[in-house]
Amino acid sequence: MHINVLDQFRSGDSPIHRLDPRVKLVGALAFILAAALTPDGAWLAFAALFVLWLALVLMSDVPPGLLLRRGLVALPFAAAAVTVLFTLPGNALVTIQMPFFGWQLTISDAGLVRFVTILLKSGVSVLMATLLAATTTFPDLLRAMRGIGIPKVLVGTIAFMYRYIFVLADEVLTMLRAREARSAVGPGGQKAGGTVFWRARIVGGMVGSLFVRSLARSERVYQAMASRGYAGELRWLGKPHSQPMDIVWLVVMLVVLLLIQLWARLAV
Amino acid sequence: MLYSILRSPVAAPEQLHIPDGFLSAPVAILAWIVTIAFIVVAVRRASREFDERLVPLMGVLAAFIFAAQAFNFPVAGGTSGHFLGGALAAILLGPWPALLVMAAVIGLQGLIFQDGGLLAMGANIFVMGIVTVWTGYFVYQGLQRFNRYAAGFVAGWLSVVLAAVVTAFMLALSGTSSLGVVLTAMAGVHMLIGVGEGLITAGALALVKAALPGMFGEQVTGRKSDATTVLAGGVVLALVVGIVAVFFASPSPDGLERVAEDKGFIEAAQAAPFEIIPDYVFPGVSNEALAGVIAVVLGTLLLFAVGYGIARTLRRRNQRLVEAPVTLE
Repeated sequence: MHINVLDQFRSGDSPIHRLDPRVKLVGALAFILAAALTPDGAWLAFAALFVLWLALVLMSDVPPGLLLRRGLVALPFAAAAVTVLFTLPGNALVTIQMPFFGWQLTISDAGLVRFVTILLKSGVSVLMATLLAATTTFPDLLRAMRGIGIPKVLVGTIAFMYRYIFVLADEVLTMLRAREARSAVGPGGQKAGGTVFWRARIVGGMVGSLFVRSLARSERVYQAMASRGYAGELRWLGKPHSQPMDIVWLVVMLVVLLLIQLWARLAV
Repeated sequence: MLYSILRSPVAAPEQLHIPDGFLSAPVAILAWIVTIAFIVVAVRRASREFDERLVPLMGVLAAFIFAAQAFNFPVAGGTSGHFLGGALAAILLGPWPALLVMAAVIGLQGLIFQDGGLLAMGANIFVMGIVTVWTGYFVYQGLQRFNRYAAGFVAGWLSVVLAAVVTAFMLALSGTSSLGVVLTAMAGVHMLIGVGEGLITAGALALVKAALPGMFGEQVTGRKSDATTVLAGGVVLALVVGIVAVFFASPSPDGLERVAEDKGFIEAAQAAPFEIIPDYVFPGVSNEALAGVIAVVLGTLLLFAVGYGIARTLRRRNQRLVEAPVTLE
């Protein structure tokens, strides 16, 4: 598996791609915080956030459809919020007669507003995170993390992890193929082999063996690095450079977000 | 196929990764504060223990957890059992390195795969990297004298169930779900899913014992639990119990929702355009549940800071005693 599987659009060339990664990370975080702070039912504010996102996407040359599709990731989690439809006190809108026990579920107007708000918050936040991931190369993202003060050890760990995910994913694929060749999945995807407990134990064995291999691999990696002069310090070529334009971008972004917040509170 | 292997945890309905938008800002920020406190301690300790080996070791093991989460096994009715890994990491590595590994996994999942939010990442690390790790660690330490595999099973099972319970409380505190429903659903589903986690944890321990008999029963560090680890376990317990207790002790369990009703969203918004937090006033809090939780969290953290300071001072003194030069005269 190649490390570039995920890096399709990250090395593009656009005003957004060229931005200082720290500005992008802080800007995206501010955007998501602003979405979280937007009051329930401030539809126009969410529309404004979406337009802001869309403007950035259009500047970035990344196809919006792709981002929108990826943005659906969080949708299954919406199930967790369904209950507010029924439990939030408010004026009854619809009453659903449940097919059993004669139960009734009443959707309140406040509940509906809250539910849709949660979906919108989640939607714009995920879209912004997707845009960040789609326009920032991984080394840039690491630099940005260092730039906002995440400990060196943690950033280094994430850097190594990203490198070895692909190696270990290959090992996982091999092991899954071996298991399927021997039992576990029958023709047409039906389960085969022993009981659930047996299957879980097999997976336990696979996880354990992956751990043993990973441990051995980390030792080899360390020795290879040590023999090339590694002394506990990860070095990056080039320093992140903040140009005046980057600061302008950040300030504009923050001001726009602030204006949207004020507008949501005062005018809407 | 390759993509689906990398992404498969995402498709799992039982996942605990909370996306952005589902936690209210105060809950998400409080969780970040707790998580940052733990990570700071973990980074210090791990750097001391491993020196320059730390980054390659943690990095590859984080990749291991990430890849291991892709393993699944068919259960019934088209669902499949998955693996979270917090308890296993804690048993094999010790809690502090396990926390770093899990934080790296959750960080990457959020940043690259949008699996779990960025603002919600603090909460996600707290649930999957702190609650699971300390639960798994202490349950295993407590039970291993009876039977290691049974201990591993219970550690894995309980870590997932407790993580689900904490997630349910966070969602309820945020006003995203009603506590009764989400608690029943999350705890119920994860009592089943936890069986898979427990079995995989026990199975993995069995294989590690067979393959690396030397290191079995030890953590990679070879250290036993020390005062700070126990203290941190106490903090986790205090936080969880505190949040639960405050929630139930509050006169209005679904506090956020009542406040929302009393004030009305739009009116509240118009009345207080400059408040940081829209639906409830922060210092003169009208929502008692949230106020209580904030108090519990801040108090516990303060306690933790004091305890950690004392532990450090004591250790320094011990070290000085040990290292005191012996003069022959």
